[in-house]
Amino acid sequence: MSEERLNPRRCSHTCADGPRGSSGRLARALDLHEYQGKELFRQHGIPVSEGRLALDPASARAAADDVGYPVVVKAQVLTGGRGKAGGIKLAENADEVEAHAGEILGMDIRGHVVTKVWIERASDIEREYYLSLTFDRSAKKPLFMFTTQGGMEIEEVAATSPDALVRLHVDPLEGCHPWHARRLVYDGGVTDPSEQKQIAAIVLKLYETFVATEAMLCEINPLIVTPEGEVRALDSKFSVDDNALFRHSDLAELRDAAAADPLEALAREKGVTYVKLDGEVGVLGNGAGLTMSTVDVVTFAGGRPANFCDLGGGGDAQGVVDALEVITRDPQVRAIFFNIFGGITRGDEVARGILQAVGQMGLELPIVVRLDGTNAEEGRRILGEAALPNLSTEATMLDGARRAVELAA
Amino acid sequence: MAILVDNDTRLVVQGLTGSEGRFHGLRNRSHGTNVVAGVTPGKGGQDVEGIPVFDSVSAAVAETAANTAMVFVPAAFAADAMFEAIGAGISTVICITEGVPAHEMLRLHAFVQHRDIRIVGPNCPGVLSPGKANVGIIPAEIFREGSIGLVSRSGTLTYQIGHELTQLGIGCSTIVGIGGDPIVGSSFIDVLGLFEADEQTEYVVIVGEIGGDEEEKAAAFIESEMSKPVVGYIAGFTAPPGKTMGHAGAIISGSAGTAEAKKDALEARGVRVGRTPTEAAQLVAEIARA
Repeated sequence: MSEERLNPRRCSHTCADGPRGSSGRLARALDLHEYQGKELFRQHGIPVSEGRLALDPASARAAADDVGYPVVVKAQVLTGGRGKAGGIKLAENADEVEAHAGEILGMDIRGHVVTKVWIERASDIEREYYLSLTFDRSAKKPLFMFTTQGGMEIEEVAATSPDALVRLHVDPLEGCHPWHARRLVYDGGVTDPSEQKQIAAIVLKLYETFVATEAMLCEINPLIVTPEGEVRALDSKFSVDDNALFRHSDLAELRDAAAADPLEALAREKGVTYVKLDGEVGVLGNGAGLTMSTVDVVTFAGGRPANFCDLGGGGDAQGVVDALEVITRDPQVRAIFFNIFGGITRGDEVARGILQAVGQMGLELPIVVRLDGTNAEEGRRILGEAALPNLSTEATMLDGARRAVELAA
Repeated sequence: MAILVDNDTRLVVQGLTGSEGRFHGLRNRSHGTNVVAGVTPGKGGQDVEGIPVFDSVSAAVAETAANTAMVFVPAAFAADAMFEAIGAGISTVICITEGVPAHEMLRLHAFVQHRDIRIVGPNCPGVLSPGKANVGIIPAEIFREGSIGLVSRSGTLTYQIGHELTQLGIGCSTIVGIGGDPIVGSSFIDVLGLFEADEQTEYVVIVGEIGGDEEEKAAAFIESEMSKPVVGYIAGFTAPPGKTMGHAGAIISGSAGTAEAKKDALEARGVRVGRTPTEAAQLVAEIARA
């Protein structure tokens, strides 16, 4: 059972869920940087501006010399609000490029430290549109959204002038045909024939890209029209399905391990689903739903969870060792609460994993274990026989949470 | 009566010869499920503790009249296995496998539209009708037979709530884990409709979690289509707001996706919602004993 991340699945937001993913389990998605998404667009024939990636001010200067002035220096971080944070700047010449790159690199944007900038030939903008293709989880179909009212928050367009936002589902067995593209363009109110033609072509290519990369979200905001009447993608938000990466090794390589929280990156490496929170009670459960519920119960018991850590469906001994390793790297953790309800996960395996981890790591933190479900009795017996001084078991989730909160106080 | 699986279930396990398929297939049989066949391409003719293994689902159906399939094959082959089961005439397909690519589920879902086929999952714990049949990985021993229909997006949380109900002496007609993937075969609404029509089910418990708007949709369905009392539980009340990237999702669902929003949507429709599994079970007990 895979489980998503605590707040909803990471992709979730991308896949039609609310904030950051959403389903509790993040259907896991790999979010790509703007420059990576644009490269995929380019490969599939969607027009983008000429650009280069730079990791330091000197190479930013060289990149700008290469693409030609003026250029835009854009922070590459996996979060929104770059512009407002000062992460996107126009440069007229080489000195400005170097100066802007110097300021932007190292900048912290909503907790994301900028390590890369994208140097792109600046575009003159006549009009800004919006085009996206994503999963509509309810309709269980890909959904195009298009509006000529780009350049503002798309949520605002949806709220204030819903008629201006054209929505069109595609039957995945039928595929995307020119009529879909025409519908979007006509219903969106695009009247210029050249624009109609260019946007229609982009719609078809966006669908191709979406299917070819097994994407969960492809968003172009803004899709611009230049004074010369040329239509181009000026930004990209691109998420691909983690579950399909096994057959897209090129995409799997795009994962930016440095962009993730270091603990979260370690967790990913270990195959543990981990989200760092800000408290003292380490929470370890199996399954996203139960783990999320455990985080709730620890909070209701007056404690502050240090993390959300989901062992997933397997939960073998090594999995437990890995998870404990991740959790205990966080110096704020003062007690650990294991809440395991076995289905596929077997209680005896978890118990062995706990003992193995405590032994290997010399763990002295208090650990409270609540085991139920498959082979739970055997697990409790194993823990009982080991009689570790820092390990106690509780019969229920509530009691376990209360005990862990006391111990962390 | 129960829903989806019962005494008439004749189960074929796709992936029976794998370690998980074998463990859970045999466990399902020991609960009383009529496990009639296994399928593993290339292993036809073998058996797993007396359960005959076939090379294909169609061969299994021809020999054993299987009517329900449980898919336990690795993620890369799971959609193929589901299509194969449907092609062999199976009408109920329950996919336990996690990690099935979402685009494959899109196509599968489009394919089963307007066909009389029920898919549950993927990435789900399965379906248990206590005392009748267990198809999947739900530990049957923690549930008892009764009149509560339980439907959930989460596996282990379902066990937790079932366990709490059992402690209060309350049993279930059927427990359905619909899975939490972006595209699942059966939604809350599909299962709520089955419970509404099921004679054994008198009350329904819906277990949701943050994200998406399935709970909100279920709330509307409960108000307009259901006569039976429903109790809810939502996990994730204390989840911090996450980062967002891209905006298409929230626009589609029109919901904040938070536990509070879901609770409000359900309560506005007269569904009482617990803040912990224990509280939800107590609400069920109150209603059932009223």
